[in-house]
Amino acid sequence: MTDLLTTTEQILHVVVIICFIGIAISLALLLYRVIAGPTQPDRAVALDTIGINLMGLAGLMAIFIVTTKLNDVILLIGILAFLGTLAIAKYLEKGVIIDRDLD
Amino acid sequence: MYKPNDLILRTTSSLIAFILLGFAVYLLLAGHNSPGGGFVGGLMTSGAILLMNMSYGADVVKKVLPIDFTKLIPIGLAIAVGTGVGSFLFKAPFLSQTYDYYTFPIFGKIELATAMIFDIGVYLTVVGVMMTIILTIANDQD
Repeated sequence: MTDLLTTTEQILHVVVIICFIGIAISLALLLYRVIAGPTQPDRAVALDTIGINLMGLAGLMAIFIVTTKLNDVILLIGILAFLGTLAIAKYLEKGVIIDRDLD
Repeated sequence: MYKPNDLILRTTSSLIAFILLGFAVYLLLAGHNSPGGGFVGGLMTSGAILLMNMSYGADVVKKVLPIDFTKLIPIGLAIAVGTGVGSFLFKAPFLSQTYDYYTFPIFGKIELATAMIFDIGVYLTVVGVMMTIILTIANDQD
């Protein structure tokens, strides 16, 4: 029984490290898109996707160092990324984010 | 002029703003022994006000929430400094803190610390600074 537990813990450790590497590659590619994106909407959407990758990174870190304190942080990053997505959508559609009066 | 269709945003943002304000109060109260505190709480509150600004326009929010956000900065700083100076009344060094356990009818026995008042000062300052920056940039368009 103890052998099974240690084996699964080692498998989890390896899987988390593989996921870290995958997210790191994704962040590097997104950073390239932010720097060299041909148009401004490309850069905006890439920055938004970096926020989503940060949520995944915080979740993997909460698995890696076994803790529950990071759940609030994940929720916070999610809310801020939602506000960022909203601002990007309004900017791409209208050009202004906070307008004086809507009607 | 071209008018975007944002019915879903307007309907849900009145609900989401309340959830954000509740999460902000939770972060403000939880920030002594766990992640959170005055800074993140103030940031979340200004996020909720920013969401209302984005979905309803600046004029409506100014009518609903008639607060001059620049006045919140000196109020918050005065509360934060007053917490530090108040320790002189008890012959203690500057910014020293204390805590005690009290029993309330519904919540039971909870811990109240004077660092909480300092956190509320930081909260008001952060809300004032964030909303001043955002509304100043937003009003710059003409």
